[in-house]
Amino acid sequence: MTLFRRLFLAAVVAGVLSGTAASVVQQVTTVPLILEAERYETVPAPVAAPAANAEHAHNQAGHAHSAPAPAEAVTTAEAFQRVGLTVVANLLVGVAYGLLLAGTMLLVGAPVDARRGLVWGIGGFIAFALAPAVGLPPELPGMGGAALEARQAWWIAAALCAAGGLLALGFAKNRFVIAAGVVLAALPHVIGAPHPESPEGVVPPEMAARFAVLSIGVAALFWAALGSACGALMQRVMPARR
Amino acid sequence: MLNTPLNAGVRSSSTTSLQTVAAAFGAMLLGAFILFGVGFAQPQAIHDAAHDGRHSFAFPCH
Repeated sequence: MTLFRRLFLAAVVAGVLSGTAASVVQQVTTVPLILEAERYETVPAPVAAPAANAEHAHNQAGHAHSAPAPAEAVTTAEAFQRVGLTVVANLLVGVAYGLLLAGTMLLVGAPVDARRGLVWGIGGFIAFALAPAVGLPPELPGMGGAALEARQAWWIAAALCAAGGLLALGFAKNRFVIAAGVVLAALPHVIGAPHPESPEGVVPPEMAARFAVLSIGVAALFWAALGSACGALMQRVMPARR
Repeated sequence: MLNTPLNAGVRSSSTTSLQTVAAAFGAMLLGAFILFGVGFAQPQAIHDAAHDGRHSFAFPCH
């Protein structure tokens, strides 16, 4: 089997395993909060509800936290489809991150196993979950934010810069390269993530806080699983070195 | 053998360092492509299908 096929197989298996684990945990942690937040998203603007507006006069305009819309009736088929699509999306995220991680492992060429893979996974968590979340906390539906393209660009920049910085810290021999890596990782945070002029979300802050922590927690679990699995499987793929 | 110091092991006959780099970059490119599709692409159908996953993984969604 060619090297690429073995690499691909290792990444796909690790990605499917970790994506499945994340899907199970998500259904009892983040997904219920997403569904609840969507009920706030459909509440009419406070201008159309004068009573609520008067009651919340001390709040900033646009905040009407008290009355979520009643849950919409969802058929079993629709519910199954939604869960199914989410699982597919998670598996694809797992495979995608698996390919990125396994490719990087191969490129670096350092020996790996399940334990070292766990360290790689922690690195992936810091780069692709923690670093972007520091600037752009995980969002629920109905939360306000700056322009989507700007947030996406900053998210990608924060993740790649953090990944580059961590790789420099972990594997560079030259101290200038290490210093450059640290500067690179800090750069997106010095520039700052894009935020709206004034917060305009309709989701209660307590719920948003709970979601942010749960999302980061699920990501930690996902990356630990992906890293360990990738390390264990890549152990056999790496070209032998003497 | 002498020209492939990265692979001076058992598999050196079948794997050159060029193959290693090509495989690694191929995997990373494919990973980045899939990640962009699931996490960032904007067409409505893709967005809706990946919606809960995007929020859970903290990709900027809408």
